[in-house]
Amino acid sequence: MTDAAAPAAPRRIRMTVIGPILALVLLVIAGALMNPNFLGWDNVTNVLARSAFIGIIAVGMTFVITAGGLDLSVGSMAAFIAGLMILVMNSLVPSMGVGVPVILVGMAVALLAGLAAGMLNGILITRLGIEAFIVTLGSMGIYRSLVTWLADGGTLSLDFGLRSLYQPVYYGGIFGITWPIIVFAVVVVIGEIVMRSTAFGRYCAAIGSNEQVAKYSSVRVDRVRLMTYAALGLLVGIATIMYVPRLGSASSATGMLWELEAIAAVIIGGTVLKGGFGRVWGTVIGVLILTLIGNLLNLTDFVSPYLNGAIQGAIIVLAVVLQREGKAR
Amino acid sequence: MTVLALRDVSRSFGPIEVLHGVDIALRPGRVHALIGENGAGKSTTMKIMTGYQPPSSGQVLLDGQPVSFANMGAAEDQGISMIHQEFNLAEQLTVEQNIFLGRELKRGPFLDKTAMRARTRELLDRLECRVSPDRVVSTLSNSDKQMVEIAKALLRETRVLVMDEPTAVLTRAETAILLRQVRALREAGTAVLFTSHKLDEVEEIADDLTIMRDGRVVWTGEASLMNQHAMANAMVGREMSDLFPAKVSAPGEVALEVANLSVPGFSRDVGFTLCRGEVLGVAGLIGSGRTETFEGLCGLRPATGEVRVFGQPARIDHPWQAQALGLCYLTEDRKTRGLLLGKGLRENLTLQALSRFDRGLLDTGAEERALDQAIADFDIRGHRDALVGNLSGGNQQKLLFAKTMLADPQIIVIDEPTRGIDIGTKQQMYVLIRRLAAEGRAIVVISSEMQEVIGLADRILVMRHGRITGELGADATEDAIVKLAMGVATEREPA
Repeated sequence: MTDAAAPAAPRRIRMTVIGPILALVLLVIAGALMNPNFLGWDNVTNVLARSAFIGIIAVGMTFVITAGGLDLSVGSMAAFIAGLMILVMNSLVPSMGVGVPVILVGMAVALLAGLAAGMLNGILITRLGIEAFIVTLGSMGIYRSLVTWLADGGTLSLDFGLRSLYQPVYYGGIFGITWPIIVFAVVVVIGEIVMRSTAFGRYCAAIGSNEQVAKYSSVRVDRVRLMTYAALGLLVGIATIMYVPRLGSASSATGMLWELEAIAAVIIGGTVLKGGFGRVWGTVIGVLILTLIGNLLNLTDFVSPYLNGAIQGAIIVLAVVLQREGKAR
Repeated sequence: MTVLALRDVSRSFGPIEVLHGVDIALRPGRVHALIGENGAGKSTTMKIMTGYQPPSSGQVLLDGQPVSFANMGAAEDQGISMIHQEFNLAEQLTVEQNIFLGRELKRGPFLDKTAMRARTRELLDRLECRVSPDRVVSTLSNSDKQMVEIAKALLRETRVLVMDEPTAVLTRAETAILLRQVRALREAGTAVLFTSHKLDEVEEIADDLTIMRDGRVVWTGEASLMNQHAMANAMVGREMSDLFPAKVSAPGEVALEVANLSVPGFSRDVGFTLCRGEVLGVAGLIGSGRTETFEGLCGLRPATGEVRVFGQPARIDHPWQAQALGLCYLTEDRKTRGLLLGKGLRENLTLQALSRFDRGLLDTGAEERALDQAIADFDIRGHRDALVGNLSGGNQQKLLFAKTMLADPQIIVIDEPTRGIDIGTKQQMYVLIRRLAAEGRAIVVISSEMQEVIGLADRILVMRHGRITGELGADATEDAIVKLAMGVATEREPA
């Protein structure tokens, strides 16, 4: 209780700051030693592009978790949006022909559907006061089932003409950097600024650390909460826009377990699962760590790639243990 | 003959020494009061005595022999119990389960519920506490929780009982029960050490007295040698002038008119008016619905009724609507509703008025300047980069005040402005409250301390069972307030 004894704030979080960076650096060094192609341009862009979908979603997830929430539905939401987008675009081909306008309409549908789905989660959570876990567990099942129904149990495929027109959104780019990487980078930069330097970011952290205090401080708790889910939904829409041209199809298996990877990336990055503290750049590191592990196992025959999940799981647990040490007082 | 003592104990946190050569001795069958301002080192002293923290240097003596407790469990095994300021109860368990937690009575492999029930009843009866052993602790009032804590300590064969501000959350009647229990323990030969900011209690019950200031013992001896005035002077280290500032009030325009305000389950048909420049006191027992009524008024709970703010009818369903009208509520519960304990001073200070710093991006430079200003204006002491949870209670209260004032409210409801803070800080708060009134703001002060209400307020409303039972002038006596609060006399209705 003595003032002079109060330890300064920055010292407390040091280990959790260094931890993820250290892990990433170690992984990169290990990778470079094991396979000379690891740091090659092709592999680096490959890793980044693969990280982009989960990464874009995980940035939104960072805000949701920081504000004390959770969203389990993002994976099936992505599948549903992908299915919906493909259906809408295919149905427009007869009237509008194969062309850029159809793809733009498809993109708009994806963004709107994402926003609507996110807001629906948010409204159920804030207005009806149902636990985020329950609401999003429910919507996870609903969207997964809807996409299966839309695809009639099989696969929804994008019109062949549209597919080749749309493909550059995934495979193309500028200066050898593909669009998913560019979009990912833009989302990260904006996310980092919003988290760090805007009232919205500050409110998210305040609500996550103590909702009562936020309420008593005249913060519009419900609105901020709702906005985190809406933003996440929108980002799921963006991720889906980047994902659909990769395969040109959607099925009930699309986006499987994305929610867990996104949540894992957020936690590995040092955001506190209970809320109250979040950092977007940490999430990026978390995503890269998860992707790199898979990539390394594929490039080397040191450990079977089938053990990918086990290693990722171990790292998640380790990250939480480190987080707790950092918080010990 | 001493049972537990500290000899020349110092304690450092990092490079900073917070206790300097403290000597204190507890004797069996004596009540020892430890008093001092917030941050004087009382809690640290108690924690060292009860094995929560080791001393950096010096000795803990038990029955004259140096001991070092490995942990609090080791101290408990020696019959030394501590009751903390913050409750140490499992909120989701029942009263009985809490009292026996970790010491369950068993018959074979099974819990002996009959025996535990009987023992719980007996303990609660001794404490004159009418709570059912089946009640879940989270549903209890603060004072009942305190009684459960004490029952827990009584269950053990306690030679030394250490209590950190046991009466801070208790009403007058509950305090009387607690003090009776303390006397009973004293008769039984227990050594009792307690802290309190209520000097009348100290004068009433303490046999021995130790006064600390800035980590040092500045006075120790027989309590009967000191009166309240001398204690206050020794704690603060200077002559205390009058605790309450002069009331210079010139009521201005009507700021707030409330009629038929009801908060379901807590209060009914509350009505009053409040003018600029006025301090309105709200007295009543804990549980009389004071807090809930004003939380309802400020949109923090569902409420019905007619409210006019500066003459305009107002509909307030959310706290941010109240704030937009210039009405703010300053909570009594700074630790769970007032401040983000895990965040720094700056984030806490600006949270309530963050839009003032919002230029698309937050202007952290302006925030830092606001913090400088608040530290100067409100005399907040403590490391600038500290986490708010590590500040002393008084400094937390000042920060909470500064935070609310940053939103520049014209009507301020202050709930328990000085709970658990020392007398020097109290005086600062009183001066501040009167100054805000003099600036033309309208102020409501809710307080359980009658002297505080009488000393501060221009008018006093007394509440009982969720209704206003009377209104008194600035010349009210404690006796008149107690009568209204207990329902002995009602002034508004004819007898």
